[in-house]
Amino acid sequence: MIAESKNLQVNEIKLTDRPKYTRKDLVADQPTWCPGCGDFSVLSIYFKMMEKLQIPHEKITSIAGIGCSSRFPYFVNAYGVHFLHGRAAPFATGVSLMRPDLHLFVFGGDGDAFSIGGNHLNHAARKNVKMTYVIMDNFVYGLTKKQTSPTSPLGFKSKTDPTGAIDHPINPMKQLIASGATFIARTHSHLPNHVMEMMEKAMQHDGFSVIECLSECTEFYPGAFDAANPRKGGAFNLVPADHDLTDEIGAYKLAMTPFPGYFGVFYQEQRATKNALEAKLITDAKAKTENATPVELLQKTFARLS
Amino acid sequence: MIDEKVADSSKSSGGQQPQHGRRIQDAVIRLAGNSQDGIQAIGGFLARLAGRTDKDVMTYMTIPATISGGPSIYQVRLGTGEVLSAGDDVDILVTFYQHSYNDHINTLRDGGILIYDSDNVQPEPNQKRYRAVGVPITGQTVEAIGGTAKDKGKNMFVLGLLARMFDLDVPKLETMLQAYYKSKGDDVIRNVIGAFNAGYGYDIGKVTDTFEFEVPGNKIARKQVVMDGNQAIAYGALAAGIRFGAGYPITPWSSIMEILRAELPKYGGMFVQAEDELAAIAMACGASYSGYLSLTGTSGPGLSLKTEALGWAVMAEMPLVIIDVQRGGPSTGLPTSVEQSDLNIACFGGHGDSPRIVLAPASVEDCFYTTLEAAKFAREYSSPVIVLTDQAIATRFEAWEMPDLAKLTQDITPNFAPRGPSYKPYENTTDGIAHHAPPGTPMVDGKYPVVTGLEHDEAGHPASRPANHVMMVAKRRRKLQVLASRLPKAETYGPTEGNVLLIGWGSSQGPIREAVDKARAAGESVSALNIRYIQPLQPGIGEILDGFNHIFVAEINDEGLYGYGQLAALLRARFCNDKIRGINKTDGLPFKVREILNGITEKTKQSAEPALANV
Repeated sequence: MIAESKNLQVNEIKLTDRPKYTRKDLVADQPTWCPGCGDFSVLSIYFKMMEKLQIPHEKITSIAGIGCSSRFPYFVNAYGVHFLHGRAAPFATGVSLMRPDLHLFVFGGDGDAFSIGGNHLNHAARKNVKMTYVIMDNFVYGLTKKQTSPTSPLGFKSKTDPTGAIDHPINPMKQLIASGATFIARTHSHLPNHVMEMMEKAMQHDGFSVIECLSECTEFYPGAFDAANPRKGGAFNLVPADHDLTDEIGAYKLAMTPFPGYFGVFYQEQRATKNALEAKLITDAKAKTENATPVELLQKTFARLS
Repeated sequence: MIDEKVADSSKSSGGQQPQHGRRIQDAVIRLAGNSQDGIQAIGGFLARLAGRTDKDVMTYMTIPATISGGPSIYQVRLGTGEVLSAGDDVDILVTFYQHSYNDHINTLRDGGILIYDSDNVQPEPNQKRYRAVGVPITGQTVEAIGGTAKDKGKNMFVLGLLARMFDLDVPKLETMLQAYYKSKGDDVIRNVIGAFNAGYGYDIGKVTDTFEFEVPGNKIARKQVVMDGNQAIAYGALAAGIRFGAGYPITPWSSIMEILRAELPKYGGMFVQAEDELAAIAMACGASYSGYLSLTGTSGPGLSLKTEALGWAVMAEMPLVIIDVQRGGPSTGLPTSVEQSDLNIACFGGHGDSPRIVLAPASVEDCFYTTLEAAKFAREYSSPVIVLTDQAIATRFEAWEMPDLAKLTQDITPNFAPRGPSYKPYENTTDGIAHHAPPGTPMVDGKYPVVTGLEHDEAGHPASRPANHVMMVAKRRRKLQVLASRLPKAETYGPTEGNVLLIGWGSSQGPIREAVDKARAAGESVSALNIRYIQPLQPGIGEILDGFNHIFVAEINDEGLYGYGQLAALLRARFCNDKIRGINKTDGLPFKVREILNGITEKTKQSAEPALANV
């Protein structure tokens, strides 16, 4: 099955036989986002990266939950899934484990990743399932029109907190480091080159890679990330060059720096993926049963029970 | 049941000599002890032995919901005829403790035989209702295998007693014991065989009757396989070509995921233990989307959680098999008891109009074939299919005819052939059936599809236009109506017309059929109809209903606010037939034949056509 996934090559049109595609070949539906939304930048960089790497359309799979940013798959002319609020990570887990030949991206917002789907993210991360999860964090619920989100700062006035948010917000990077993810980065949608650099590194990582991308909601939380935008007079502080990527404590220290904090790769380690571990279970089991066919295996089992 | 002559002789038993070698057709043996006594093992060996010696068998067990200890029973009904239920009354009761005796002595029929551990149990003195046979089970086991192992060996000692009492095939039994305990090492095997031989050598014939099963007469010798319902589902899934599953532990579903976790890698697949029920079904949706039909499963509370993604699978038209091993509800309810109270959530659970396929296997054998059929329907109709089994089937052993595995085993290879031009994942076809393309499939016109839980147009784009929603809701409904028209016509057990029709579903089929046999033998006009296709219903049911004066739906659930159980309410809504009434129970136990027959008598006695006055 997955061990035989090389068979999937049969119907593939060889890359060299295809004309190079351009950005416009990747464009699908017109994005429904508000003008100036930070998510445009992430979409544009996704196109740019695919164009650069010339990944065949049919090998790109974008999976999303529910929210403004989760409309993402409709805008990409490749395989896409619009799943349930918060549950994109386990859906992607099923796809990833059965189809190691695909390039799998999960897109979602802070509600998906840190509220309704918080536990799913933790488990996909600790299992190190191969995929790239881009969290477009805008500190607010946008699709439902301005309610407090798990990352809204204290005092943020929303329709559910008219006098200002009183619940302590989640620190996304601390959460991600604790989750056991093997590649963790932070970026800002107003700095496209940095987003591109993080996305490429994440994609190249063999394991669960996750990016928190500050992505401004111009409608319900304008200016939220100006403090990290040099063009608005903010400071875009890169992770210090001497930071050891495998130093978990160091990564926490970076994460605990007050807003706007640092940007770049906080943590990266090489740990066996669940994909590889499951594939090994299959290889070992097949060796032990001398590659018996399903019929032979079932007949043997039923003989034992007769 | 052991014939009346035996009962009569034991009734007047005073000091009379035991009789030997009496021929019987079947026997109901109940073992009552604590969960750590290994009484499940005795029952399991008896069941497997029955299967290997061309006998029918059905078992019934209860396990306490506590982690260790607590009272537990195992009931085995062995017979050379067709065994349809676990038996109403117990012929032979074996009690290990005083509490086992106190709790179960009332299940022993008049004239039955009580075997009690005389080291632990003091039965009521001077009673004449049954024959009480004391055996120092604890003492004899200690003598045979040593003091420290006494709690471990008592089950094997009792197995030896029963082997002697029923003239069982001892060499076959010993071979099974050797094979079963092989991995535990020589010491364990020595103790097992030692205890067994001590029980067999005890010569129980000195104190009570012994029996022989009749040699099957008209029965065609067939190769049988013995397993429980959860095993049948797991192996059915493997035969169906399912290569990905995901689940979360919950009783009594867990053993299916345990089997699949161990077995799937040999088949090139995998089973993932998810962080929760929602993630489990989400993973299964993902793997199905990727091109490989997937399975998830659970019991009651888990199905409540899974309804969110079930709705997605209906909307996205994703093939998926969902197993629900029903237990007592609502909420945490009765985790280790049987109930048939998930029919409504299986058929209708979730928001919005979300038609899905629901099947209910009626026996262990049917668990295997239903899982194969569920997989077939899921693939052909791009739909989630729920298999509604229950705790009673899940945990009971049955012997059934060896299936033709070479013929039945399926191979699911995703179809990556290029699609298009103008491929539409949700094409509004005449029969409503469309299939999504797995990722990796090239599209010749370069336009790639999205699958989604939002209402969408035929290409998968979000579309909330009124006319589009009307069309798509109808499309998702229509394909199940097409399936209904292709299902086999409903058939009755017994004549198609008569006085009483007994309708049942799932694990109640056996006791219902036995009730029909018993009533017909007494000259009553009773037939039965098993509803295996819960949603959509088969053709021909309405015509069958028209042929009877009384219609009863016997199901293990409450009669509800308006007096009808879950299937009864569904059938009344579908057929507007006010003859449909219910025989319901909520005690967490499988139907007894007597309960069904009494229900009919009770509910028809005021009518113009009373039934079962003679039974």
